Amino acid sequence: MSETVGLWNYWAVIALMMIGLYIVMARDNLVKKMMGLSIFQVAAIMFYVSMGKVTGGTAPILPPGPDHTVLYDPAILYSNPLPHVLMLTAIVVGVATTALGLSIVVRIYEAYGTVEEDEIVVLDGEQP
Amino acid sequence: MPDLLPIEALLFGFLLATAVVIARLRDLFAAAMLTGMFSLLSAGLFTLMDAVDVAFTEAAVGAGISTVLMLGTLALTSRQENQQPTRLMPFVIVLLVGAALVWGTLDMPAYGSPGTGPIPAAGNAVIHHRVAPDYIRGTQQDFGLPNIVTAVLGSYRGYDTLGETAVIFTAAVGVLLMLSGPATRRREPAPGENPQADATVQPELDQ
Repeated sequence: MSETVGLWNYWAVIALMMIGLYIVMARDNLVKKMMGLSIFQVAAIMFYVSMGKVTGGTAPILPPGPDHTVLYDPAILYSNPLPHVLMLTAIVVGVATTALGLSIVVRIYEAYGTVEEDEIVVLDGEQP
Repeated sequence: MPDLLPIEALLFGFLLATAVVIARLRDLFAAAMLTGMFSLLSAGLFTLMDAVDVAFTEAAVGAGISTVLMLGTLALTSRQENQQPTRLMPFVIVLLVGAALVWGTLDMPAYGSPGTGPIPAAGNAVIHHRVAPDYIRGTQQDFGLPNIVTAVLGSYRGYDTLGETAVIFTAAVGVLLMLSGPATRRREPAPGENPQADATVQPELDQ
């Protein structure tokens, strides 16, 4: 039991991710679906960042040295900077995709007059 | 043994509660504001995980720009979500996927594991081997920058950032194309659109 307690962060992240997935699957409102997608995205980012955390580590910023230089001290324990970099990219790309998705929602509203998926399916003349 | 910090557990609890409330709310304006709060809470959690750069990007971009985009969309569409029956199937799927993912984490290194010791050992996170220590060691000599994340983002993995810029440019072009169609298209009342709203616009167009 004590060995699995250290995995609590992954489980919390998975719970968040599943709430996001549920919103995307179960809700008909397209704006709500985009909110679920952004919750899912934050959960995925949280997963990577929590993998990079080192107990007792500090943020990956080097301390200042003499004469405007920086100091590399092997004694300082840093958290892993690589997930941070990749997730910075993911956040910005995520906002770009959110903007694109929301613009598609606006366009759908212009064409159909609704953003509810079940009503759109009915308007398309198909059986829901 | 990794310690379960109370503040991290508390923030995760807040995040989960916020997500559940977002899922249940039918007032989309309130839900949009809660997504901003969700991003801010996650930014606090990123700070606790030593990811300060991710934290302020999330606070600025996630809590700021995303919320503004959501509110802009709500202003152009509708603020209220329709009542809909509770569906069982997505819930079952979500439970199954979540159980599979939890099963997948059982082999993961514990939270906060360092990258020292023999490779297959449980307390040794493989993520801290290979390139990451090289980045930490090399930043001072290669660039002289204090922030390792900046050095990796701008130079060690500069092509990733270039690709990111290409994605953002593509998305911006997509948004512009999506929202700026031919002018005639916007005058036609779409099927299902309120004809009264169209009639109020018409006199302005005639002048």
